[in-house]
Parts: sequence; structure tokens; C-alpha cells
Amino acid sequence: MVISVASGKGGTGKTLVATSLALALSDKCRVQLLDCDVEEPNAHIFLHLAVNQSQPVSIPVPKVDQTRCTYCGRCAEVCVYNAIAVLKEKVLVFPELCHGCGACSYLCPESAISEEGREIGVVETGDSGNMEFIQGRLAIGEPMAPPIIREVKRHIDPTKEVVIDVSPGTSCPVVEAVKDSDFCLLVTEPTPFGLNDLSLAVEAVRKLQLPRGVIINRGGVGDEKVEQYCHEQRIPILLKIPLDRNIATLYSKGIPLIEGMPEWRNAFLKLFQDIREIVTASQVMR
Amino acid sequence: MKEVVVLSGKGGTGKTSLVASFAALAQSKVLVDCDVDAADLYLLLDPHPSLSQRERVRERHEFWSGQVAFIDKEKCTECGLCQEVCRFGAIKDYFVDEISCEGCGLCSQVCLVDAITMPPSMAGHWFISETSYGRLVHARLGIAQENSGKLVTLVRNNAKLVAEGQNLDYIISDGPPGIGCPVIASLSGASLALLVTEPTLSGIHDLERVIGVCRHFGIPTLVCINKYDINEENSYRIENYCYKEGIEIAAKIPFDNVVTEAIVQGLPVIEYCHNSVTTEIRKLWQFILGTLDGR
Repeated sequence: MVISVASGKGGTGKTLVATSLALALSDKCRVQLLDCDVEEPNAHIFLHLAVNQSQPVSIPVPKVDQTRCTYCGRCAEVCVYNAIAVLKEKVLVFPELCHGCGACSYLCPESAISEEGREIGVVETGDSGNMEFIQGRLAIGEPMAPPIIREVKRHIDPTKEVVIDVSPGTSCPVVEAVKDSDFCLLVTEPTPFGLNDLSLAVEAVRKLQLPRGVIINRGGVGDEKVEQYCHEQRIPILLKIPLDRNIATLYSKGIPLIEGMPEWRNAFLKLFQDIREIVTASQVMR
Repeated sequence: MKEVVVLSGKGGTGKTSLVASFAALAQSKVLVDCDVDAADLYLLLDPHPSLSQRERVRERHEFWSGQVAFIDKEKCTECGLCQEVCRFGAIKDYFVDEISCEGCGLCSQVCLVDAITMPPSMAGHWFISETSYGRLVHARLGIAQENSGKLVTLVRNNAKLVAEGQNLDYIISDGPPGIGCPVIASLSGASLALLVTEPTLSGIHDLERVIGVCRHFGIPTLVCINKYDINEENSYRIENYCYKEGIEIAAKIPFDNVVTEAIVQGLPVIEYCHNSVTTEIRKLWQFILGTLDGR
């Protein structure tokens, strides 16, 4: 089963939930934890394992053979990302705008365009016991996260229990990370910001037609409107984590909740059972 | 005209609460929310719910961006060429998966029977609103849409137009989390970046990366440690790190639940109460002004 942990709003506790869920499961079965927040990957901070393998992620960008090029301008015309411009006797490539679609090289009438890989980040892996960890890391100054997320997700082993830590927001990196999972956990906090961003995230997850549930973190900090919203929308609240200075301190030191406060271990195992029941029920419905 | 953008790398460190307070403190400014996929700033700047939505939103515009492939079943001969050339796996069984389609248009270019068109897609809205603290330019990216960077550039450009039109001195911008496309779009060409961090190992890790992005684009940078007293050892590490990197710490704000209480009330925290948090935020804004004006 693949469970993605998303949120809309940042800093609500996705990584706290993803790491504790994966660690609790790793006592019982083989687990993969995927950190798909490739802009700011933090899950590794909470794991006692060496991230010891690294593979570059590249996207294909055009390389123009100036001896064959007739400056006809076809490549610039077909590139919707404005990543290639043709001057009188020169072709300019703007690699950071290129999405690697291949249209320019495919459609060049002179076959003057080949492609070369341009590194935009890395995928790193490590393991310890039952836990296999895979994270993506976007290079500084690079804009495009989705190709790295795709590469991280290529490591998914369907025979294992898979937990995906997702970036905040609702746009393309979130969709790329969440899509094709069996269940999406949405972590929020009981404040107007938490509610606003949760409702956006719920819309995104609905569009992807994924079964979903909510975790309310820092319970007691704000108001009751998130709970009201979940009841109205019939979204199950699967876990509540209270506002607690001890929990915040553990997090600040990079200690997973279930290690610093082992009494939480059963709550995360129960969370997993509840998710499994919802997923099984929704599969029967289909 | 000077533009300060508030960023953090890690989400949830307090960007929006700070920007709302700056909105209440600053004179002669326009506000802009560059977090187009989870825009929350308006929730703190709108303390007159008596005004109707229509009165508050002065301008509302559609954001048309990019395109998504569409296959005309009547014309399609199911030759499979489009599926073969698509690098994004967006065409399966002669159907386009709109979420995977990146709009490159290669499929429509290669289709032998011209069965594929690329209609533009409406990817969200942007607004100019009237708030108690001046005009706010903000947006809402459509759910699961691409091109958040383009929408960020659009709201920033319009904030500039508002500032020019009204002869305003400052643009105060609430940035998105992360370091990718919308962050780069928020940052490029800004006068100053204020990076809000928290003394957690995650906060430190993310701060280092967003400092890297600011440096990459040559933007002057200040750091603010929010909730500095939840782990003073980590705060000390941040101070040391910034000292080594030659970046000034502009403020250290203590943890206090009044910040959340103010959010629940829909107010900037400096309008909600007076205590050590708000004193520090006032000093921080003066520090920013001093840096922007080269004092």
C-alpha cells in the first residue's frame, strides 16, 4: 500500500507523521519511506541511517549542431517553454526553461538537434533493517521539482508498505508526489490558515480521486473549524496530536515522535490499520 | 520603489504572520501574496467582514496559461504515434491524462491526421483587493495546475504597476515555501529577501538551502529566527552559521501563542496585542527599512 502524506499548508507536521508512521511499521514489515519534498527534504534528519548512494537526475536538453543548422527557426516555433531562440546565425538555448519534451530535436528538419543530459538534482538512498529510504534533492537554483519526484517514485516496491512525504502546496510537485497513491493523509492544524490550505488540498486530492483522511496536529492551538469542516465534508479525522512543548522539542532536535515518546507507537500502528480498512473498503466499492 | 520578499524554505515558520504585521506597520506600500497555491495573507488583512466580497475585491482576472492536449476521437486513427513521442506518459489508450500533460504540444505536431489540438487552459485567478492596510495583489492557482511561477510573476508585475500608479515606496511580498519555480519567480530582482526560520534541525537545513538560492540570484538577505526560545542551542547554531556566511540576524522573536490567537481573530499580531513578540516585530520592520534605504 502506498500512503502519501500531504498538507496544503507548510509546517503542519507532514514529516513528523511520515517518519513516525514509517518507523512504527518498520518493526512489523518491510517499509519504504520516500521523501518527495525535493525542494526541502527533511525526513533524513529523523532517521538513523546512512544515505550512502546517490544518483544524478538529468533532463534532456537540446544541443544544436551549428554546422547542420540552417536557422530556419522551427525549433523556437515549437518550443512552448521559450527555451530555444533562433537569431540570424545563432541558436540560443536556455536550459533552465527546458522541460525536456524533445519537440525541438524531433521536429528539426535538418536533424541538427541532439540532446544531452543536464543534471538538476539527485536521488539518494540508504537503508537500515526493514526500512529503505529514498529521497530526492533539487539542486540550488533549479526550478523544476517534478522530474526528480518521478525519479524517486520509480523506486516504489509494491510488495512493501510505502510512505511518501510530500511538499506543501497544491500545485504540480504535490500532484506528482501524491498521484497513484492508495491513500492520502492530509496533516493540518486547527487554525484559519490550516483550514484554508486543507480545503485546497482536499480539492486536489478529490480531483485525483484518492481516498483520504485528516490528521490534526497541534490540537488545542486554535479553533474548532477544521473539525467542523471535516465532519461536513465527511473526511475522517484519523489522529489528533496535541500542542505539546515536548513534542515540539523532540521535533526541533530531529528525534522522531515514536522514539522520544514511545507511547505514540500504537497510535501510528492503529492509524495504519484504519487506513488499510478505508482503502480496502474503497476498493470493494469500485 | 523597493521590494522585500519574505521566504523561509521550510513552510510554517511564520512568514504570513510577519508580512501581515509589516502591512500594518509600513506606510506607502502595496502587498503581494506570492504563495499562489496556498494564499493565506488575505485572511489577516481583511478585518472588515462587513464589506461584501465584491467591495473588497477591486479587480478579478482570469489566469490563462499553458495548454493541454485534446484528441478528437472522430479524427484519431489510433496509430499510436502521439503515445510514442510523449515523454510525460500523458497519453494512454488515445486518451490524454490532463494532470500528466505538460502542454509541450509535440503530440499535436506529429499527429498525421491533425486529430490533436492544444486548447489553452484556465489555470487560476488573480485579484487586486482593498484591505485595511492598502492594496493587496493575490492569486489562486487552479487545483493541480502548473505554471505557478508564471502566476507569481504576474502578481508581482501587477503589484509593481499598483506601486508605480500610486507612487508607493514599498512592495511587501509574502513568498511561497520551498526553493523551486515559484520561489525563484518571487525572488528574482527583489531588493531584499527576509528569510524566516525556526530553531529546528529541519528549519536550519531548509534555511541553508534557501540562502543558497538567494546567493545564486544575488539577492541581499536578512534572517529572522522565529520562536527562537523553543530550542536556544539550535538558535545559537543558526546565529553562528549566519555569522560565517556574512548574513545579518535581523530579529529573534520568542515563541508565544498570541501569534496563533491573532490568526484565529484574523488580525496581524501587532494589532492584536502588545508584548515581547510585537516589540521584536516592530524592531524587525525598522531594521528592514534601514537595510532597504541603506541607512
